[in-house]
Amino acid sequence: MQVPVKPKLKIATTSLAGCFGCHMSFLDIDERLFDLIELAEFDRSPFTDIKHCGPCDIGLIEGGLCNAENVHVLREFRANCKTLVAVGACAINGGLPAQRNHLSIATVLTEIYHTQHGLVGGFIPNDPELPLPLNQVHPIHEVVKIDYFIPGCPPSGEAIWKVLTDLIAGREPDLSHGLMQFD
Amino acid sequence: MFQNKDTYTFLLDGKTIPFTEEQTIIQAAMAAGEYIPHLCFNPEFKPHGSCKICTVSANGRQTASCTQQPQAGMVVESNTPQINGERLALLQMLFVEGNHFCPSCEKSGDCQLQATAYEMNMMSSHFDHFFPDRPVDASHPEYLLDFNRCILCSLCVRASSDVDGKDVFSLAGRGIKTRLIVNAESGRLADTNFSGDDKAAHVCPVGVIIKKRVGFAVPIGQRSFDEHPISFTPHPALKDN
Repeated sequence: MQVPVKPKLKIATTSLAGCFGCHMSFLDIDERLFDLIELAEFDRSPFTDIKHCGPCDIGLIEGGLCNAENVHVLREFRANCKTLVAVGACAINGGLPAQRNHLSIATVLTEIYHTQHGLVGGFIPNDPELPLPLNQVHPIHEVVKIDYFIPGCPPSGEAIWKVLTDLIAGREPDLSHGLMQFD
Repeated sequence: MFQNKDTYTFLLDGKTIPFTEEQTIIQAAMAAGEYIPHLCFNPEFKPHGSCKICTVSANGRQTASCTQQPQAGMVVESNTPQINGERLALLQMLFVEGNHFCPSCEKSGDCQLQATAYEMNMMSSHFDHFFPDRPVDASHPEYLLDFNRCILCSLCVRASSDVDGKDVFSLAGRGIKTRLIVNAESGRLADTNFSGDDKAAHVCPVGVIIKKRVGFAVPIGQRSFDEHPISFTPHPALKDN
């Protein structure tokens, strides 16, 4: 009798208000990517350039929410991913982008596009395709339910691998000392 | 009761801990090499009992172990899922009330708040962040005050008042409005007699009182809590002695 082939897991990844550092750290799992693609295939991700997330088993979110588009993408991931994981400091607590939170958005935009040195005749971009910035940067757990968190700036490849392999094996993810870092 | 002091013991998570008349639960536990998570307690100072991270169950009643004196035969529970869960919630509230951005903090890796959060397996801050506006005070030529990281443990207040005899710091306000202030008309550290030789300059368990021009001197991997978790690391105050 032929053993039925187990369908591969689907994983989607995205970077919201992040720097792609967590994705770079994900690539630090190096040749274990080959082990991973034996078990899983990528849906929406910078690896595939798929633009919209379909039904997935695991979603990895890097970055917090700094504009309206980030919120739409996050909700799309939540609607499609059975397990949603916040990856890195920005997704978990806003991180570096949230350092603007004590300033008004008007102050920030004026400083960047008007008053900084060498910006004579500058203007605040207003193309309708540009997503509108939020008045403050927010961690993603403030908007949707997040199932697991991988802290770090960025989390190490080892930490990401540990959580992914735990999830794939059906274990509760657990980061021991050294893998759990806030910096 | 204390005539034969050596014979008095209590049970901490099933282990027998000897204690003397002067010791509180956490002091006796620490002397016996046992770790009870804590932030505002420092073995060099009189206990303050404010952060509540050191809460234990003593004969079934929850109490701050830094201020509670043990009794002979007392059954104390500390490392239980329920108490650690409450400690985790307290830590998460501390994280969202301030601005604790570890990647840019020079105290990262040496910070007791961060290390205690690791110990309690804090994967996220859970609550909504306050993102308070707390300007830093960089007025002093040698030291920087970053109030964003203050957890109101009052160790600098106690050190300045009890050891240095200066009263440079104080906690002002009530409840959620409590904040650390500097004792000068201008409110600036530069306008006080604060000095780097003060005890107060070296007791902050987080990254509020920072010596300038030091930066990230110790590389990641060699900082206090990189190799061993805080539960296996002697308290910084004990390590210095």
